[in-house]
Amino acid sequence: MADLQSQDYIRRSATNLTPPSVRHHELEVAKLIDVSRCIGCKACQSACMEWNNLRPEMEEFHGAYENPHDLNPGTWTLMRFAEYEDEQGNLEWLIRKDGCMHCEDPGCLKACPAPGAIVQYANGIVDFISENCIGCGYCVKGCPFNIPRISAQDHKSYKCTLCSDRVGVGLEPACVKTCPTGAIMFGSKDDMKDWAGERIAELKERGFQNAGLYDPPEVGGTHVMYVLHHADKPSLYSGLPDKPHISALVGAWKGFLKPLALAGLAFAAVSTFVHSIVSGPNETTEEDEEAARREMSGPEMSGRGNSEGKGKS
Amino acid sequence: MTNTWQDIKNANVVLVMGGNAAEAHPCGFKWVIEAKIENKAKLVVVDPRFTRTASVADVYAPIRPGTDIAFLSGVMRYLLENDAIQHAYVKAYTNASLIVKEGFGFEDGLFTGYNEEKRSYDKSSWDYELDEQGYAKSDDTWQHPRCVINLLKQHVARYTPELVSRICGTPQDKYLEICKIFASTAAPDKALTSLFALGWTQHSVGAQNIRAMAMVQLLLGNIGVAGGGMNALRGHSNIQGLTDVGLMSNLLPGYMTIPKDSDVTLDKYLETKQFKPLRPGQTSYWQNYRKFFVSFQKALYGDAAKAENNWAYDWLPKLDVDGYDVLRAFERMDNGQMNGYICQGFNPMQAFPDRGKIRRSLSKLKYLVVIDPLDTETANFWQDYGPQNPSKPAEIQTEVFQLPTTCFAEEEGSLVNSARWLQWHWKAADAPGEAKPDLWIMAGLYHRLKSMYAKDGGAFPAPILNLSWSYADPAEPQPAELAREMNGRALVDIKDDTGAVVLKAGQQLDGFAQLRDDGTTMSGCWIFAGSWTEKGNQMARRDASDPRDAGIAPNWAWAWPANRRILYNRASADLDGKAWNPHKPVIQWNGSKWVGFDVPDYGPTVKPQDGVGPFIMNQEGQGRLFARGLMVEGPFPEHYEPFESPAENVLHPKVKSNPAARVFPNDRKAMGTAQDFPYVGTTYRLTEHFHYWTKHALINAILQPEEFVEIGEALAKEKGIEQGGWVKVSSKRGQVICKAFVTKRIKPLMVDGKPTHVIGCPIHWGFTGVARKGYGANTLTPFVGDANTNTPEFKAFLLNIEKTSAPPAVDVAQGPRDAQGVPKSLTKVGSL
Repeated sequence: MADLQSQDYIRRSATNLTPPSVRHHELEVAKLIDVSRCIGCKACQSACMEWNNLRPEMEEFHGAYENPHDLNPGTWTLMRFAEYEDEQGNLEWLIRKDGCMHCEDPGCLKACPAPGAIVQYANGIVDFISENCIGCGYCVKGCPFNIPRISAQDHKSYKCTLCSDRVGVGLEPACVKTCPTGAIMFGSKDDMKDWAGERIAELKERGFQNAGLYDPPEVGGTHVMYVLHHADKPSLYSGLPDKPHISALVGAWKGFLKPLALAGLAFAAVSTFVHSIVSGPNETTEEDEEAARREMSGPEMSGRGNSEGKGKS
Repeated sequence: MTNTWQDIKNANVVLVMGGNAAEAHPCGFKWVIEAKIENKAKLVVVDPRFTRTASVADVYAPIRPGTDIAFLSGVMRYLLENDAIQHAYVKAYTNASLIVKEGFGFEDGLFTGYNEEKRSYDKSSWDYELDEQGYAKSDDTWQHPRCVINLLKQHVARYTPELVSRICGTPQDKYLEICKIFASTAAPDKALTSLFALGWTQHSVGAQNIRAMAMVQLLLGNIGVAGGGMNALRGHSNIQGLTDVGLMSNLLPGYMTIPKDSDVTLDKYLETKQFKPLRPGQTSYWQNYRKFFVSFQKALYGDAAKAENNWAYDWLPKLDVDGYDVLRAFERMDNGQMNGYICQGFNPMQAFPDRGKIRRSLSKLKYLVVIDPLDTETANFWQDYGPQNPSKPAEIQTEVFQLPTTCFAEEEGSLVNSARWLQWHWKAADAPGEAKPDLWIMAGLYHRLKSMYAKDGGAFPAPILNLSWSYADPAEPQPAELAREMNGRALVDIKDDTGAVVLKAGQQLDGFAQLRDDGTTMSGCWIFAGSWTEKGNQMARRDASDPRDAGIAPNWAWAWPANRRILYNRASADLDGKAWNPHKPVIQWNGSKWVGFDVPDYGPTVKPQDGVGPFIMNQEGQGRLFARGLMVEGPFPEHYEPFESPAENVLHPKVKSNPAARVFPNDRKAMGTAQDFPYVGTTYRLTEHFHYWTKHALINAILQPEEFVEIGEALAKEKGIEQGGWVKVSSKRGQVICKAFVTKRIKPLMVDGKPTHVIGCPIHWGFTGVARKGYGANTLTPFVGDANTNTPEFKAFLLNIEKTSAPPAVDVAQGPRDAQGVPKSLTKVGSL
């Protein structure tokens, strides 16, 4: 795993970081998802669960092939299925593997106020470092693709890591390895663009005049790219943004509001200090403590007790 | 498959009809994608639903379930009308020129010789006119009105584009577009591959569906060539192996057949098997049947099979009916004629039609033995699981034994894939708990039966007492021992014509050509001869190299027969032995022998000018456009409606459904009509699950958690059904309450002028496993099978659908209990 010590970071949230100067030969990587080769088999989704030891809750059928029905803290990639009829009434079933795009200019990282909770490696992968995450959800607001999800259990933010653990030791991401039709490819970003070019030429030969590469410049390009048959209308693919953009709020927060925010923080610190001098430290009553204990040991504990009891009877 | 998975990449057109390769065979489907990208192939999908295969197709056309013969007969008509056939191939390699007997005919939906009472045919008129030497007469000029090609033209003439569209509901323009794509592969250097599966087999006309397509392929010259063929994609790992070793009620290993009770002697039996050539100089390889059969008897009975006792022929069972297929077995159970049932490695409660009948039949048994790695619905049929399995345990006396077995990853052995490759695999993990290998269980049963016969006698102990059983550990024969036995070995020194010893006594055979009919060789399954030779286990070979990138890796595993990867590959070359497609040759004549990427399916030194046909198993040496008497319902395919159908048979209203299919009287009463059940139902699999197994696996359950049906938007609107809302789906046989998926991918079809709605029923959910509980789609399906094979008609039947509310939740306290009376769901808590 890359970290500061391995000198792999080129960006680190809420930190002024000077990237290491001597390690400038890192290859930028990219995952290329060719939706025209994808058969929606969900092998990638299952490999993601296997490799990352994720087992999201088994949901109900809710009138769609998307299962689970949305990304969640345990579902880092999700096949999305869109039934699309063109003006002539021709039906297409546009299937897209959804997940983190690993933006060159990551809105999540920009929005993140917790130092080191989100990092970008020199190879382009954007990774969440859970130990630094404070669960504020700013990354969710900052993401132009609506990807990160906050766990209600541990209040950490989760998303696809592009298998940074595998890539770090020279392996391809788990989804790439498992894809049976070669719809997911992985390599240097340059190679992936070349390959995409070939694929797009072939799709144009087959009559998809608007075939193209999705590598949106609005976020500086992405390290997960799509070959789309309808690159002129990305939103057909279950709402892939036509022109992704980082929320203006993030710019504001990191821009002109930043001094104001810092001033606010300073004011809070000073007020706290003054409050403790004037009124003494905050104290809790015994009732407060009891209530807190009850909350901590809440329903989860008692639930486990019940089932054990029944099983043994 | 006649060809291989990799060979699909050589196709110019890939037709997926009667299957859904992308969803059911996602790994093999990579070769379709390869064909598209590397060979610029067109992918054509014909299916009642717009499937995930259709999502990557170049052309998709909808079709009403159960009307494929009409579609394909129309294609044949198109090819013949537009002269889009590969003439030289059809003339030389098919029976197009052979002359059919006078007296053969077809009228009002029936071929000559029909007996309505018996629902079967006297097939004597379905044959060739023979000359004095017993050879079929032929007219290469195709002038004779009764030569096969003219009879075929006449037979398919009725299937005009208008009629095809009227029966199938396929829009005419789409249909004609597809006909044109088919026709493009009549060129000698172009090939179409047909990928199909249960979408063709699971019909009352299943075998004829496949024949119709095989005939199309013969007309186009697409059999035996690279990128062509008839490619059945098998649905279970090792269902191919199951048929190869004859695990059917009417088969012996290697596609030999169990004798009928009329075959009173060995000679009488062999008379019907050792087919003499019907054209001069033909191979007619089944002439060697006696060698295969005697060697099999030697494997079964060892020294006890002798010339004096006709190789123990009398010890084999003799069939008094066509076969004891699963439908007949459950019919007998239901009638009290079968009291015990050993159910090894399958799950009838989920997998067989009309679940109510299956549950009722199992309830009448004295005992049921379930041998399976999983806790199946069948083993639990007697338990009350609420609406999904409303049994009354107090009223059921069946004693159930569950014998847990190892699964494929917990044992070594070979699996035969769709491409006929025997691939050896190695044990990966120990089995949990008390699970034992099937071989250990079967050996235990055998030894107990044998000692009981030895002690108590019995009506007919010889077949059991004399079985050969020479394994190192008699209590647990090893897969390797059985594999060596199936390959076969020499029992004495085997000499060639010059007297030189080819094989010493005890040595493994090199191939089936070495088999003898004098008791000097043994082989448990002649088509597997060559899989484990003196050179070792050929199935364990793992050299993936594909010389010249031809889609053939001859040193990866081992393919039957004789490591041949493309069957009938002599047909890939023209009459002079040159490849029809010079860019993709398979085998060619080099002046003295046949050479190429593959093992010739032909005499390796037989000269092209000798005129030996490429279809060496057939008596004519030719591919059959006219099947003679080999099919029960006719030598040409004909469109018959499914047994439950919303439409009349517009071709012949009096003969609506397959006239030769067997229907038991009670099952006929359980058939519904379009008046009560106006919609067409069809069942299928989803890519997220494997049959009824993976609902026991959490990841698969997460990916498709709950039972649902798929319906079109128009039907949903008509019935007020919401997206994801609860519906009650019913047939005359039962009902399923589940969620509805309202989709654009199923559209009403205009059938005979009437809009016809299709309801799609995925099959995967039941009442055991970790996925949400379901009723099982086979609660709805009819109890009738294909006339030839009795494969149930799961793909086309009648349904009704209504909006409803959720079924009552099962109260666990009232649910199934174990022997101690503890609710079963609680005894399974992991912490115990």
